[in-house]
Order: sequence, then C-alpha cells, then structure tokens
Amino acid sequence: MSDVIKTDALIVGAGPVGLFAVFELGLLDIKSHLVDILPKIGGQCAELYPEKPIYDIPGFPSVTGQGLIDNLIKQIEPFHPEFHLSEMVASVESIGTDTAPLFRVMTDAGTQFETKSLIIAAGGGSFQPKKPPIPEIDTYEEKSVFYAVRRMEDLRGRDVLIVGGGDSALDWTLNLQPIARRVTLMHRRDEFRAAPHSVEQMRSLVAEGKMDLRIGQVTGLRGESGLLSSALCRGSDNAEFEISCNAMLPFFGLTMKLGPIANWGLSLSENLVPVDTEKFETSTPGIFAIGDINTYPGKLKLILSGFHEGALAAQRVYRYVYPDKRLTFQYTTSSSSLQKKLGVEA
Amino acid sequence: MTKLQFVDFGGTARMVDAPAGSTVMEAAIKNAVPGIEAECGGACACATCHVYIDDAWQAVVGPPTSMEEDMLDFAYDVRPNSRLSCQIKVTDQLDGLIVHTPERQA
Repeated sequence: MSDVIKTDALIVGAGPVGLFAVFELGLLDIKSHLVDILPKIGGQCAELYPEKPIYDIPGFPSVTGQGLIDNLIKQIEPFHPEFHLSEMVASVESIGTDTAPLFRVMTDAGTQFETKSLIIAAGGGSFQPKKPPIPEIDTYEEKSVFYAVRRMEDLRGRDVLIVGGGDSALDWTLNLQPIARRVTLMHRRDEFRAAPHSVEQMRSLVAEGKMDLRIGQVTGLRGESGLLSSALCRGSDNAEFEISCNAMLPFFGLTMKLGPIANWGLSLSENLVPVDTEKFETSTPGIFAIGDINTYPGKLKLILSGFHEGALAAQRVYRYVYPDKRLTFQYTTSSSSLQKKLGVEA
Repeated sequence: MTKLQFVDFGGTARMVDAPAGSTVMEAAIKNAVPGIEAECGGACACATCHVYIDDAWQAVVGPPTSMEEDMLDFAYDVRPNSRLSCQIKVTDQLDGLIVHTPERQA
C-alpha cells in the first residue's frame, strides 16, 4: 500500500472550475491535489469540445475549450498543483470533526489522501465508457466483454470482436491482431473516423487475410454464464449473421455518470449536490461542490459561475486549514504578498 | 413558429413550437421533451440527442454532414434515418416535422 498523501485541499475533477479553484486556494496558501478519471487535464472542455469556441468567458470574446484549459494551466502554475490522472475517487471517509474536518480518500488506483477539505468539481460526473444496448450484456462484462483493455495478455489466443470506428477501436484492433487467435472489427459503416494511417493498416491486414472486417451492428450475444461464444449481428442491408468470438470490446465513446459520488454520504438532489451559496459547502462540513455538479436556487451551469463558486469556497477552506489565522481580503493588483505568491512582484 | 412533433419509443407524441434558426435539439430541451439528453449542449460532441427522422420527412431534412456521421458512430441503434437533433436547424420548410426518439441515448 502506498504512502498517504497529506494535503489541504483535494479537488475532484480537473476541468476549468477545478483548475481555477487551485488558483483561488493558492492565493490563500492552500495546497491542492487534483484527481481526474480522464488521462488528460481539462474535463469536458478538453474531452468534448476542445476546438469549439466559447463566447461567455469574461474578458475573452472567443476562446476554444482547449485554449481556456491551456490558459488556466498556465495561470495556476505558480501554485504547483499535483495531478492524479486516470484515477477515480472511489471512497471518502470522514475521520475529523465538523469544526476540524479531515477526510481519508482513496482512488480506484489505490492512491490514498488525507485532506482537510474535499472540493467536488466533477461537472457532469465521471466519464465512463458507453455501453451498447445489447440485451444481457452486463452478464458478460469483465468476463468476455471489456470496455477497456487493462492487460493485453488476457486476450492472447482468443477470438476477439472489436466494435466501433474510432481511434480506440482501430488502435486495439492493430494491437491485438498479432496476439489474438483472430480479430474481427465490426463497424456500422465502411467509413472510419479513426486516424487514416490506422485505417490503412487495418485494411491491408484484411486484404492479407489476417483479420476480418464486418459492416453491421451487434444485436445480441450468445454464451453461457458470462462466457461468450458468438455475437448476433445485423448488417446494413438488414441481413442477420453470427460472428463466433469469446471476447468482445465495444468502443462507443464516453458518457458522464455521477459514479461513486452517490456513495459519499452527501444529500443529493436529482444527481446534483446541493450547496449553500455563501461557502458552496455540502451537507458535510469540509466537503464543497462547485461548477456543474452542484445545485442551489438560481444555479446557472456556466463556467463563470463555477469560477465564482471556487473563490467563495476557498475562503471557507482557509478557515479549516488555518483555524487560528485571520484572513484579510486582498487584490492581486495591489497586494505585494499575493504578487509574491504569483511570482510577479515588482 | 414551426411546429415539431417528437414521438417517443412508447409511441407518445408531443408537439412543440420552435423558432426558425434554433435547432430541433434546443426545441426538445426547452420543452422538456423526454428522450433527448444533449449532454454536450449542442456541440455535435456527444451523440445524446439522436433521433430518427420520420420516413415522410427524410428528403426534406436531408442526410447528416460527415462530422455528424462520425459522431453518430457513438449513438445506439443507428439507422439510415438517424440524425443528431442538435445539427438540424429549424426552418419554415420543417413545419410539421415528425422525429422519433430512440429507446435510450446513453
């Protein structure tokens, strides 16, 4: 078991709101760690719409999702936030009191934190693989149906059916082709949005007879007690056919689910976390929720609202982290101590 | 105002008014039509506003663009009449449009 990481603030979600919270906390000498389930920083901005312009960020007539994230990363550099990517917070246990909160937090990768405050900035929840609507697919999951490949070796010598037309589907087709007994790629049309280079490689493997490409959609699964024997499919011409396989990897992109947050003992309202509008604190003292994940009367799901919420939450976090200090309000334009923290002092 | 009709998986029809220039997805969200999620808010980035265009309307609405076609790969039970409703702009020609929402989005 790894060592416990002690921190003042643990931020769940590295989207724009989580990132800006690092800044507001940092100005108050509060050190942050961030956890995000995605392998990259930026949340929805980077995952869903990196190239799309956003028009309602104050001071930016237009900025792309990725542009905003890049700027925020630069803005919080002086505070040296530590990122734990591709990890999901699995459990939260309160080990403090209402006046001196302390939480033990564990991720699905086994990283453990002891934090004085927990700031949920999880947006729409955690990004998780979309599951195709195939009857009884859940009875095959983790045995024969996998939404991610954790160990390639597990698929050695198997008849693998890969479904999808994006980079994940093509990359895994190419990676598994040499070690699987047979790889079949199935996609609903004979066009692929994956990188052209991967598509070419796949097509030449098909031409050499080293793998199969089928056009269609999976409609059903056959097998017993979680062990797949074949997939029932329908072609674009509505013809039904069957593909013999004992492993299936569907790659249909990601969707957002609330995930384990539901089990952290917080009161929830329609999958959102209710907070007060003074501190943006949840029903549990020391746990805050900012950005799209929270709800309160008048809530607007705007990035700018999340920035404001993070600034106010930081004020309260300060009182938990430095209970004996007085907090004086200062401006970055004029305060030499804030400018020193930002590394810009005259 | 253009009248749009959403027919859900169970066959229930809902009629809504949509201003020209808005999208079919926006009309659904504004009127709380079930069966449309629109997770990404209309950026053609999530495939959770998937609809089937009624047979009678396919020629009027037309086919998806290639970007939309790529995104449809992420939708469920995609059929030849599948579209993403965030990519359909409401015009006078669409008055009376009927779209069917799928069993589920994600």
